[in-house]
This record gives sequence, C-alpha cells and structure tokens, in this order.
Amino acid sequence: MSEQQTSPNPAVDSPKTTAGRRRGFSALSGGTARNLGLVAALLLLCLVGFLTGGERFASLSNLMIVLSLASVIGVMAVGMTFVITTGGIDLSVGSVLGLTTVWATTLATQNLADQYGWIVMVTCALLVGLAAGLVNGVIIAYGNVVAFIATLAMLVAARGLAELIANRRTQLVQSSSFEGTFEGNLLGVPKIVWIFVFVVVAGWFLLTRTTFGRRTVAVGGNPEAARLAGIKVKRHLMYVYGLSGLTVGIAGVMMLARTGAGSSTNGLLYELDVIAAVVVGGTLLAGGRGTIVGTVIGVLIFATLSNVFIINNLDSSVQQIAKGAIIVGAVLLQQRISAPRST
Amino acid sequence: MVTEDPPALLLQMQGIVKTFPGARALDGVDLDVRPGEVHCLLGQNGAGKSTLIKVLAGAHQPTEGTILMDGEKIEIPHPVAALEHGVATMYQELDVVDGLTVAENIYLGHELANVGVTQRREVANRTRQLMERLGHPEISPHREVGTLSAAGKQVVSMARALSRDARVIVMDEPSAVLDSGEVDNLFRVVEELVAQGIAIIYISHRLEEIRRIGDRITVIKDGRTVGRNLDVASTSTDELIRLMTGKDVEYSFPERPGVPADAAVRLQVEDLSLAGVFSDVSLTVRAGEIVGLAGLVGSGRSEILETVYGARRATGGTVRLDGRRLHNGSVPTAVGAGIGLAPEERKSQGLVLDEPVYRNITLSSFARTARGGWLDERAEKKAAQEQATALDLRPADVERSIRTLSGGNQQKAMLARWLVHGCEVLLLDEPTRGVDVGARSEIYALVRRLADAGTAVVVVSSEIPEVLGLADRVLVISEGQVVHSGPAESIDEHQVLDMVMEGSAA
Repeated sequence: MSEQQTSPNPAVDSPKTTAGRRRGFSALSGGTARNLGLVAALLLLCLVGFLTGGERFASLSNLMIVLSLASVIGVMAVGMTFVITTGGIDLSVGSVLGLTTVWATTLATQNLADQYGWIVMVTCALLVGLAAGLVNGVIIAYGNVVAFIATLAMLVAARGLAELIANRRTQLVQSSSFEGTFEGNLLGVPKIVWIFVFVVVAGWFLLTRTTFGRRTVAVGGNPEAARLAGIKVKRHLMYVYGLSGLTVGIAGVMMLARTGAGSSTNGLLYELDVIAAVVVGGTLLAGGRGTIVGTVIGVLIFATLSNVFIINNLDSSVQQIAKGAIIVGAVLLQQRISAPRST
Repeated sequence: MVTEDPPALLLQMQGIVKTFPGARALDGVDLDVRPGEVHCLLGQNGAGKSTLIKVLAGAHQPTEGTILMDGEKIEIPHPVAALEHGVATMYQELDVVDGLTVAENIYLGHELANVGVTQRREVANRTRQLMERLGHPEISPHREVGTLSAAGKQVVSMARALSRDARVIVMDEPSAVLDSGEVDNLFRVVEELVAQGIAIIYISHRLEEIRRIGDRITVIKDGRTVGRNLDVASTSTDELIRLMTGKDVEYSFPERPGVPADAAVRLQVEDLSLAGVFSDVSLTVRAGEIVGLAGLVGSGRSEILETVYGARRATGGTVRLDGRRLHNGSVPTAVGAGIGLAPEERKSQGLVLDEPVYRNITLSSFARTARGGWLDERAEKKAAQEQATALDLRPADVERSIRTLSGGNQQKAMLARWLVHGCEVLLLDEPTRGVDVGARSEIYALVRRLADAGTAVVVVSSEIPEVLGLADRVLVISEGQVVHSGPAESIDEHQVLDMVMEGSAA
C-alpha cells in the first residue's frame, strides 16, 4: 500500500477529479432542481397574489407583512429541520412557544427586566425553550422513548404549565427596553425579520459546514453506523432537540415583539405549520437528508398563501384546504424530481 | 459421454440488453434453463446478475432481447406477470413480513378469500402441505415469521414460490445469511424441488457450493454471457475465475511473514464475558499479527468483537490496548484509543448509504480534521482520495454515493475509514461477505498489508478456510467458549468443524 501511496499517478488522477467535479455539479443540480420546483411554486403563488390583489399584494409593506408572518414559524422550522434530519419529530414546538412567551412576561420576570433590561426576558425565553428541548432530548435519547410520543407529552404538558403560570390571562409586555429593542424596523425591515435571517444563515452553516451538521445527517442516515463509527449518537440527539427548543425560545421573543403579549394560547397548532414547511422544503421525514434553503422556501410558500387569502378576504377554511393540497402536491413533485437519483 | 436427449428448455433468455441512462447494464446476456436443474449464475459484483434477475422478475424491462418459456415468447411487464409465468424470485433481503404468520406470508398478495374473508383453515392446510413438501413440517402455519431464523424465513419464501406454482425459482445468494448446518438444509430442499422438476437459478459467490449442488453454470461479465451452459463437474475453478475476472487470478491467500516473538502485544483481552452469549474469552494480538475466530453462526464470535469494541457492555473481564485498560461499553473510547471495527452487516451497521463515499470514509475522523467544529471538506476529500487510490477503490470517485459501489468496494471503503482514522487494532467481522471472488483476494492482501504495517487484526468469518488461510493464529469458538487456540497452519478445516460440532452437540 505504501508503495502506491508514495507514487500517486497524476495521469489517472486528473480525469477522476474532473469526473468528481461533474458529479458534484449534477448532485448540486439535483438539489437545485428540487429547490427550483419550490421557487416556481412560490412565484406562481405570487403571480396569483398579484392578479387577485394587485397593488395591495405587490407592495413593499405587504412583503414585510409576509416576512414577519413567516419569521416566527421560520425560526422554529430551522430547528425542526435538524430534528427531522435525524429522523425524529418535535411536536412540542407550538406549546413550548406559548410557554416561553408566558414565562418571559410574568410579573417577576418583567420586574427584573425593569431593573436589568430586556436581556432578562430574552434569557428567560431562551432558557425555557432550551430546557424543554433538552428534556425532550433526554427522554428520547436516553429513555428510548419514540420522539412522537415524548414530544406529544411535552406538547400537552407545556401548554398546561403555561396556563398554570398565566392563569389563562394575557400578560402584556411592559418593559420599554424590550419594546425598544425588538419592535419596529431596522433599515426599513422589521427587526424580527432580521432575527429570522440571522437564524437561517446560522442554521445553514451549522447544518452544512460543521461537525454538528455532519453528525446530524449521519445519525439520521444510519444511526447504527454512526454509533459504530464512534459518534455519540444519544448525546447528539439530545443536543438536536435542545437546539430545536432554543429556536423555539428565539421564536418566543419574536412572538412577544410582534404581539406585545405573552399568552398560553400563543403558538397553538404551530407545530403543524412548522413540520409542513420543513417537509415541503424537501427534508426527508425518514432522516438522513435536510435542507435549510428548502425549509425557508417552504415557510415562505405558506406565509404567502395565507397572505393571498387574507388580501382577498377569503375564508380561512378554504386556506386550510389549499395548504393540504400544497403539502401533498409538493411532496409528490419532489418524489418525481428525485426519482432518477434514487434508482 | 453418453448421448441422451437433453430435456427441452424450460426458460430461455436471448440477447437481453438493458440500458439505463448513461450505462449499459446488460449487453447481450443468454441464459438457458432446463427443467429440474440447478443452473448457477456466476459473475462478479457489477457484472449484471442483479439486473438480469430483475428483468426476469419483471422489475426491469429489457431494452432488447427475448424471453421464452416452453419455447414461447413471453413478456414480463411487472412482477405479478413473472409469477403468472411461473417465475419466482427469492431476493437476498428476504421479502417476508415479520409481523405476519407463516401462512399469511405465503399467501400474501393472493389470499384465498371468499368475498374478502380469508379462508383461514384452507390456507393453514395448504401451508402445512407446502411445508411438508419442503421437508420442514415442524414449521407451523400459525407461527409468526419474525420468530424464525434466516433459514426458516427462506423456507417460507420458497413455500410462497411453490404456492404460486413456480416452475423456475431464482435464488439470489441464499446461503449468505446461513451457517453451514442451515446450508445443508437449504441444499436438501433444493434437491427436493429439483426432483419435482422445478428449475433453480442459483446465484452465489461460493464456488464450493456451486460444486455441491449445481448442474450447469452460466458466467456473465460486464453484462455479457462469457461462459454458457458449462458443466459443473468438468469445469475447473481456475477456468471459472478466469471467465469471471477476464484474467487468470489465483483465489489465494497472501503469505504469512511470521510474527516476531518480541512483537508488542497490542490487544489484550482477559476473561471477557457477556452473560448468556460468551464467557471467559481471553486473547492477545501482537502488532503485525492476524488472529482468526472460527465458529458457527450463533457461537458468539461477532458478539466477542462487538464487546471488545465497546458496542456491547461486557458483564465481566477486561480489554487492554497497549496495556491501557479501556472503559467498558464505550465505542468512542475504543475508537479514540485506536480500535476499528468493520461490522458484519456492512449496509445496516457500517455505511450511511445516501452519503458520498468520502463522508463514509471520514465518518470516524471528520471531527478531527475539523477546526473548532468547522468541517474541512477539502482535507477530508484529500484523505479519502488518497486511501481510495491506495486501496484501488473502483470507481475511485469519492464524491459518488456509496450506495452505487459493489460489496467489495464498500468493504474497501470501510477499511479506508480506519486507515484514514489510523488504528492499531482492526476488528473485521465477515470481511468478504457479499464480496465476489476476484475482490476477495484483494481484501485478503489488503488485510495482510495492514498487519505488515504493524496493525493487530482480528478476523471473524463463517468460512473456515478463510480464517485458516488468512490468520496467523486461530481461536475456535463454540457455544461462547474458546475451545482451541493455536497456529493456523497446524489445524485444518475438518478439525475445526469437528470441534465446533462437538461443542454444539455437548
């Protein structure tokens, strides 16, 4: 072996690297083809919006409305992309979101925030989200409980805890430093949209450029192989659910900035929108393949859809039907596109 | 030779061509099958065997060529059509449903039913008849298939073929999941089927099996038939290997240079036990030494490797690497200390199939090449490419999906993983399972080269000649006990078999 190693053959080597590049390109174009399909669907939706809503749809202010609408779901969808890439699911994101907004706006927290500033509320939301995620992770990874069940339990329990803490009342954000920091615009764009952009970029780097992302894909692709290669699978799963919880905490802060109130009903059924966006975006429910870019497009598709419906004063029930159709349609389309690769 | 009229051909495949976008998988394959014969299909991985049987099973449509049954041209547009023509296929990954009973599995897809209500008693009776016909009356129709061994599942799969009135049964490496006793059983069943006039198309890498039960052989290479209707008895092994590989290759083991007595002890296992599986296993492996573990399936050999590796938590005993005791039951500790494992089930335990080759090669080392958590993919590809070139991985393109590689090349990628990571002790569980004959010698040579470079190697294999040929020292395992330990040269296959049989009888 050593003799072959010391005499690499450049003549053989060079065509191989070009072949590698070509294949790299075609693999890229496979992923891009998937994303292009999604972009096409998004553009189609925008076209419908423009035709039916005209200026009311195609304005900068409406774009900002759509983006703010997408932000909260979008941030959670980034975390969910990691969870689903490992082959898991996190059903608790909606209720934990509610819990974080409630906990961050209790009288005690807000009193502290008066003294020490907005950081108290943010820290509180992030810690509550992270803790809930880690609890999920520990139960799933070390308790060997199926993710669906563990996070379903958290869904129920977190909502209950939020109701208990808030006593079913809406808690208004009083802290002026919080309002000043997170509400309103920066460079003409709502601050929560900036947070969304930041989380997306960070999530993309984390998934594609770091050891954390590589482990996530490996654990989702073949947990046993990952374990036997020396990867600490259980610990990693715990981190991934913790990460999902952390994104929920961030979304909780954004929710407070958008609505100005903590409530135990915040985030009701959001888990469905989050999961739908991730799956429509092209992340495999079975695990082993995840795409942040796809997730973002998926989130934008749903946000645009509801915007188009609102602009046209259409029944929200019809919107639900359209959402269902989009989920099925997008998944069917993706299977067509990725079919030649899988055979 | 006595001239006697050969029986009319049952199945003929003529000039079968199958093209995929960018590849010509089959380039003119001919296959003639007589009723009541075991027709062996030989070829290296990638030669086109799987594609050919998928054409026959109706899973692929041939681009050109004709298929004749009893001299009449037939079309097989989908899998059900194949069954209707009397062709049943037993794939390597047995397509039985673990949660259903034996009878339910056999009649899956053609349930005997009256207005949608299954005829349970009738189904059970017919199942019993089928099981008797196959010589396994002990398998109850009501048993859940998940509780059967791999051999039992095969019998169910064969019964299903018979229930469809199959006249040709294709068996894709049926012995790969069986130990030698079960293989004997399988052969008995095959002989009974053949006696009933059913033709078997038998695919296997194991030439010794083909010698035992085959009648005629068709060899394919690069999508073409290169050896047609060869008589098993009169065709030499060398000739078969020459046809399969296109060159004269010795199916041979590398020479043993001998381990110097003062070579450092790398791996030292003392009184290792795993409750209910094996007990008090001790072994030492020196630098440059290959130690083989021989034993039947279920003797505990694989579990010993996995316990040494930390993938199972030992209930007693110690594992030391270079004198340092390893933490019990921790794979990361073992990997960190320099132990590598190429597991038995490459696809389900070793590889992330949808990921490219280089990421599979660097699966144990990407965190080390990374800087502060940031991956260095360029360094990974470079390291993977170096090993791919050194191990002659084909194709050498490390950005391909590893799924597209043949078994032998996937195994090389597993070895490359530990070469990139760098390890002092390499544990190989069934290193040549699913690897074709040509590539086997290559794997053997590779393992020996690793040992020569100072690695301590432990090899587990169901094929006793492989253990005896490759290893310096052999431990014979029976019923979770080491029953013999000594130099590989001073023991032969029969003695090993005697020991393992004796152990299992006791």
